[in-house]
Amino acid sequence: MGDIIVLAISCIFVNNILLAQFLGNCPFLGTSKKMETAVGMAMAVVFVMVMAGLITWLVDNYILTRLGLEYLQTIAFILVIASLVQFVEMFLKKSIPALYAGLGIFLPLITTNCAVMGTCLINIKEEYSFVQTLVSSFSYAVGFGFALILFAGVRERIVLGRVPKPLQDTSIGLVTAGLIALAFMGFKGMV
Amino acid sequence: MAKTVVQEFTKGLWAEVAPFRLVLGLCPVLAVTKTLENGVGMGLATTFVLVGSNILVSMLRNVIPSKVRIACFIVIIATFVTVVELLMQAFTYPLFLKLGIFIPLIVVNCIVLGRAEAFASKNGVAKSCADGLGMGLGFTLSLGLLGAVREIIGTGTLSLPFLYNIPIMGDGYRPFTFMVEAPGAFVALGLMLCLMNLIPKKA
Repeated sequence: MGDIIVLAISCIFVNNILLAQFLGNCPFLGTSKKMETAVGMAMAVVFVMVMAGLITWLVDNYILTRLGLEYLQTIAFILVIASLVQFVEMFLKKSIPALYAGLGIFLPLITTNCAVMGTCLINIKEEYSFVQTLVSSFSYAVGFGFALILFAGVRERIVLGRVPKPLQDTSIGLVTAGLIALAFMGFKGMV
Repeated sequence: MAKTVVQEFTKGLWAEVAPFRLVLGLCPVLAVTKTLENGVGMGLATTFVLVGSNILVSMLRNVIPSKVRIACFIVIIATFVTVVELLMQAFTYPLFLKLGIFIPLIVVNCIVLGRAEAFASKNGVAKSCADGLGMGLGFTLSLGLLGAVREIIGTGTLSLPFLYNIPIMGDGYRPFTFMVEAPGAFVALGLMLCLMNLIPKKA
């Protein structure tokens, strides 16, 4: 049990997927201008990342490794993620329209979110067990959402300030992200 | 607005250079640019995938039904990424280890899918090839530049690809390790974007 908690904390804070591993930066900068979109994206990512993590683990361990087809990992994973996203989208549209409307365009965008694919690859690379995969996928996703929402909060404030013209928009966004990453470095050595 | 093949090539190098102008494909830009060597290696791998997928998508553009085109593009891209992965594992193993999961992650690099969708699916093979090559080299140059800046400031030396480290700053220089750590990547890229914005964009 202790191991699981340590793993969760390390995935959320110490190895934060956005700020320490640099995965999923496109949606990080793209959807963080408003709090609403940031929350929508964070929720969609938690949802898809956990499912994708578990399914790719099963695919890798029970199909690819058994058949000696590890070199097809990249193709297999991206297909699993793409079809999963499509499936989740159709399912939500039919059965939970409110949630579907809430997530909106963020669902299809997740296919090209490298945080999802990255988490799946890390799970396999670290040779996690099924339970560890579940915990790490969920924790990485929570870490992603946490950083995204934090950043969106800061960014909403920046809009109000007077930023020099060449630094505006993405440029100041990146510098701010750097400062947040600096704060997250404080978690190093915790686990 | 018909552009020649040469123009399609050169636009990727300056006017539409992907990481800085379009702010696409940032993850590898931030993650692998600790050194010049890593940056250039990653850039060349991406260039190969871009050119290959652009050519194939362009050749098949009249065959692929538009409803399932994104899925088809992804399969094509993933195929080329697997080729690169195997080639790098065979010939440049140390670099392969350094880049780690970022090689398979070329699949989800928005630049590659973006060019397939926005350009190669609408243009001929020669133009698509030029576009892929230009975009890829532009990407490589940006990665190399960022890698070099971070490496010089962060460690005081510069590693030429496949050669040895050259001391740039001299012995008295105390390395500013912030630049090779995670936060340095964000700050360095942010400041470089700012510099790019200062230079007027040519038509």
